[in-house]
Amino acid sequence: MGILEIKNVGKRFGGLQALSDVNLSVAEGSVHAIIGPNGAGKSTLLNCLVGKLIPDTGSVTFEGQSVLGRKPYEINQMGISRVFQTPEIFGDLSVMENMMIPCFAKRDGAFELNAYGSMMKDKEIIERAEHMLDDMNMADKRDMHAASMSRGDKRRLEIGMCLAQEPRLLLLDEPTAGMARADTNNTIDLLKHISATRPITIAIIEHDMHVVFSLAERITVLAQGTPLVEDTPDNIKGHPKVREAYLGESSGH
Amino acid sequence: MLGLNAKDFRLLLLVTILVVFAPVFLNPFPVDSAMAQFNAGYPDLMQRFVIFGIFAIGFNILFGLTGYLSFGHAAFLGTGSYAAVWMLKLLTINVLPAILVSTIVAGLFALLIGFVSLRRSGIYFSILTLAFAQMAFALAASVLTSLTGGETGLQTALSDPRILDGAAAVAGNIPAPSLFGYEMRATTTMRFGDWAFTLNLGYYLAGAFMLAAFYLSIRITRSPFGMMLRAIKSNQQRLNYTGLNTKPYMLACFVISGMYAGLAGGLMAAMDPLAGAERMFWTASGEVVVMTILGGVGTLIGPVLGAGLIKYMENIVSKINEATLHSWFAFLPDGMEDAVVALIYPFIGKGWNLTLGIVFMLVVIFLPGGLVQGGQKIAGLFRRKKSAEASTKAQTPAE
Repeated sequence: MGILEIKNVGKRFGGLQALSDVNLSVAEGSVHAIIGPNGAGKSTLLNCLVGKLIPDTGSVTFEGQSVLGRKPYEINQMGISRVFQTPEIFGDLSVMENMMIPCFAKRDGAFELNAYGSMMKDKEIIERAEHMLDDMNMADKRDMHAASMSRGDKRRLEIGMCLAQEPRLLLLDEPTAGMARADTNNTIDLLKHISATRPITIAIIEHDMHVVFSLAERITVLAQGTPLVEDTPDNIKGHPKVREAYLGESSGH
Repeated sequence: MLGLNAKDFRLLLLVTILVVFAPVFLNPFPVDSAMAQFNAGYPDLMQRFVIFGIFAIGFNILFGLTGYLSFGHAAFLGTGSYAAVWMLKLLTINVLPAILVSTIVAGLFALLIGFVSLRRSGIYFSILTLAFAQMAFALAASVLTSLTGGETGLQTALSDPRILDGAAAVAGNIPAPSLFGYEMRATTTMRFGDWAFTLNLGYYLAGAFMLAAFYLSIRITRSPFGMMLRAIKSNQQRLNYTGLNTKPYMLACFVISGMYAGLAGGLMAAMDPLAGAERMFWTASGEVVVMTILGGVGTLIGPVLGAGLIKYMENIVSKINEATLHSWFAFLPDGMEDAVVALIYPFIGKGWNLTLGIVFMLVVIFLPGGLVQGGQKIAGLFRRKKSAEASTKAQTPAE
């Protein structure tokens, strides 16, 4: 029984069957990659996990509890954090404030009306946020305007913000899309470090094979809305069905 | 000090000094001089400065922090006014219960409107609030006339029950709103040579409320709640995926903002116990938007400055007439005098709105951060002159 269980999930948009009969189990503590060509249904699947979409059929359970029908913030409070394709941070706020918000969310829950207390006097939150910034090697950027950072730093901050909530499952949607090679490698190293040092499960949707094969312990290949094969990276590399679906090669060659 | 950092405390101190000495600052010209018509230190106008200051501060908590543009805030101002007048009629002529009840009633009304309007964001939210406010206006003007007095408005009358102090009414006179017996219109004039300064109790009561409202707005802005509101403006999606429910945050903010408007409306009724439906008209909602943008959206002091500027123009620029212009430009040759007067005439008197429009356009185009940004630029120029080496230091964001 994995930490995340996807059973018979189907989703239809008008005439397009985006997902059909998806079964997937993500083992606790593993790094699980979901790959597939454009239009394979990767993003639809991810959106079904975080509450943005509700699948037509099937079930999705996290730690034995169904996530279906819950709002994104509720699913997050269950222990699932999401990293977006383009880094989603609070651009108008300082880096420190960006980091404080998930710390508040972790401690105070989905809503806390504290309109009179001073944010900068909350020692517990400040210490926690500073600790997380240290962890992300971003202590020197503490007072920077978040929007003015490089894309790589924004990604690093976003991942840090997710980790500040101590999620049990971290979902990443093409975390290195549009990044320079150096930033991509930094992100890979960061994710490896996170996976090695924290009791966390990582599910990653990725296009870049370099990233997938450097990180993943299990890989599920999605094609036309349905899982084609699930295996270890080494086996996936040579799998003829994968080569056909993903690389566009005919199996006859 | 008072739970504020040094910078915010200095700002609060500055505003306190401005409020306390406003009767002096606003009357810089001797009573009998030609410039005396630019004196703004008379009670009625000073009361409006601080009351609309409160209204704009409250509006800025919503618009400045969350970016949600309410186009129906005057509805809460009007509701507050009606509630206050009813309290003055039914309960007591003392203004404190009236002000308290007006704030609460406006808060409840905001809860109702906010609950529906906040289902949408952006332009749809603005239109929903506008629609609600116009509905409130129509109700007040022609439907609920027994409650609001319709077009004539609601005012205190001799026959009011005033269950707490009805017997205290002086025979034959409608009592004036007062604070424990001291009437709001109580005024003393202090004379220093040619200068005269008017001290009015109603103004100081409203000023005290404005200072409290201003202090509270600083606390809200600097609180975790305020940070969440700014986060909503910055990236609502990220906030949702960070486990925070944005709906109660927005609703709480909307209600707080509505309560500020209700407080302003209550104070208006306390100064002059009369409430009319026109206070809810959409132009009144538009005015507070202009005040906030003119002063500086999202800044602490900006809305107060914007409210002051607009109320000053509305009352002072509109007073200048053709004869005044002629007397100013009398030194010019006759033909040129007439030409200059003809050129300026459309912008004064009833045309003050035209001047306001031009000022508004200039501010929006050249100072998107409002008057506060203008002040910072001027301060920046002085600082650069003083020490050239300090100019490399990054400018702090607008406060």
